[in-house]
Amino acid sequence: MARWGMVIDLDKCTGCQACVVACKVENNVPVVNAEEAAKGREMLWIRVMPTVEGEYPRIKMRFMPVLCQHCDHPPSTKVCPVGATYKNPEGIVAQIYPRCIGCRYCMNACPYTIKYFNWFRPQREEIQQNYLNPEVSLRPKGVVEKCTFCHHRLIKAREQAAVEKRSLREGDFTPACVESCPARAMYFGDLDDPTSTVSKLSKSSRAFRLLEELGTEPKVIYLTEGEWHGSVGR
Amino acid sequence: MEVLGDKDFQDEALLRPVGHLGKGFLLTVTILLGVVLWGIYAYSFQVRHGLGVTGLDRPVYWGFYITNFVFFIGISHAGTLISAILRLCQAEWRRSITRAAEVITVVVLFIGAANILLDLGRPDRALFVIFHGNLTSPLLWDVVSISTYLTGSTIYLYLPLIPDIAILRDRKARPQFLYRILSLGFTGTEKEKKRLHIAISIMAVIVIPIAISVHTVVSWVFAMTIQPMWHSTIFGPYFVVGAIFSGIAALILAMAIIRRAYHLQEYLKEIHFNNLGTLLLVMALLWFYFTFAEYLTTFYGGEPDEMAVFFAKVRGPYAPYFWAMVVTNFVIQFSILCNRKTRTVAGTVIASSSVIVGMWLERFTIVVPTLVNPRIPFPRGTYFPSWIEVSLMAASFAMFILLYMGFSKLFPIVSVWEMKEGREVSVAETAERVRTYLPGESEA
Repeated sequence: MARWGMVIDLDKCTGCQACVVACKVENNVPVVNAEEAAKGREMLWIRVMPTVEGEYPRIKMRFMPVLCQHCDHPPSTKVCPVGATYKNPEGIVAQIYPRCIGCRYCMNACPYTIKYFNWFRPQREEIQQNYLNPEVSLRPKGVVEKCTFCHHRLIKAREQAAVEKRSLREGDFTPACVESCPARAMYFGDLDDPTSTVSKLSKSSRAFRLLEELGTEPKVIYLTEGEWHGSVGR
Repeated sequence: MEVLGDKDFQDEALLRPVGHLGKGFLLTVTILLGVVLWGIYAYSFQVRHGLGVTGLDRPVYWGFYITNFVFFIGISHAGTLISAILRLCQAEWRRSITRAAEVITVVVLFIGAANILLDLGRPDRALFVIFHGNLTSPLLWDVVSISTYLTGSTIYLYLPLIPDIAILRDRKARPQFLYRILSLGFTGTEKEKKRLHIAISIMAVIVIPIAISVHTVVSWVFAMTIQPMWHSTIFGPYFVVGAIFSGIAALILAMAIIRRAYHLQEYLKEIHFNNLGTLLLVMALLWFYFTFAEYLTTFYGGEPDEMAVFFAKVRGPYAPYFWAMVVTNFVIQFSILCNRKTRTVAGTVIASSSVIVGMWLERFTIVVPTLVNPRIPFPRGTYFPSWIEVSLMAASFAMFILLYMGFSKLFPIVSVWEMKEGREVSVAETAERVRTYLPGESEA
């Protein structure tokens, strides 16, 4: 069975936020108004985290796309009192919206602060209403939602492969963020397949994982800005 | 056969408040009902619009409701635990205070559990916890231990209440049907009394571990996560100590009000307040010890994520709450309760009010600052409660007082038969017991 994972090459990432927009559209992620956003209630299953290093005028800005890390040992799933969030056999950390009671315990237990709560019934303007993705269920108010690695695309890819009477190939299943990245900084595939791109990249000496020391075993792997940053950066 | 057989019944004062609704009582009830109704309106507003009407945001997903939940569950330790310990230790001064303590437990557990419901985004799905319970979740452990505690402490409140209900039945008090059913046909024979004593002793032993488990599990909701300053091994005992601490304070306040309102100065004497005041002082010292150990360990370790929370508490935005907590939970206790001269009714009431504030602040400074400072520093939050949360907190307190007052009008808030037993049996028994401690006497 596959173990889906992602590699993000920070050397290539330009911080353009195409992944953020693609995700938002693909997954029917609600848009909140400015007032709510100011309270920090905006919903972005993937977001670009900026960090500023150094002091003015010698500052350096870094960008890092952060999404659900799909941990192999997720701290969020075991605390759910009703089993609404769980890790599926292929390693994707999932959320069952009709089961969630909205206690937000998983959100507090997640060290990456990467789950989102529907504070209100999602408001959509008419234009958004007309362009909803029919493959992704809409969430009611009062439940927690999160990145699914575009799980609906996996289902579709698997069906397609079944029709063609073959097994899944690399590239059959790609989340929207990876697909949309103009700099091709994101890779996606089966970490258990030694020949896959992600599997090879994950063994790179530049590979690191976010808050690795916590033992959560994330399946999102970052490549540091080593190469590029060494030659041109200074 | 009547339970109060003899003519010279001395404790008429204890039965007087039952069924008697004075002007002050009705006025208080009206005000409290108003607050509760306002709370119901606030909650319906929240249900209609969603949890967005609270001050919660990202990453502060828990605020007042969870603080209140932990706080009220803490108060519940007043009762049953203290009463059980005093009973098992044969502390004779307990007789007039155990009932008042046990009622606090039962009533406040409902309020605590209700605050969890207030916090749910989907209260309509609350029963999923039973149908789809996930055994690895500390919140599920909470559901189990709190419902066990509620059952145990209700039985433990009810058993010593039976003879008093029988007295009310014999006196044809209204509502007669209620007393007839609840008295279970108790007539006060020696056999019945013996069985009752055995049952009470068994329950007293059983409720102690249950009570301790309850607040330990509440602390584990936080400690089982890996979040900075939540993930602590001493949280179990730390929370239990805090719970007993705030519980005793609530008991002292309840006693002071009962004493005043029902003119029971003869039953709730200075000595009771003095003894409970000493207990409160012991708990204040224990609380300080735990707090000191917890914060020193964090500070000395100096782990950056922990330090962000630590500094938010000691000199950051949460410093006013933190230092107010230290003053109200320790400085005030220490300065009032160490001295016999200030350990009076008034003194212990001031100390207890300050503990109630302080322990609420303690729960708040545990819940919120950790959430405000997550490990991934991108979302840095702030938290300020909305009118909804403040209203529901007021309604929680009002509801608690209302139910407590209601109980005291239906049943005697000071155990009648236990006072009588103390007078008739225990005075001699205690003298006898002391004699057996001395040399030259055979062991009883």
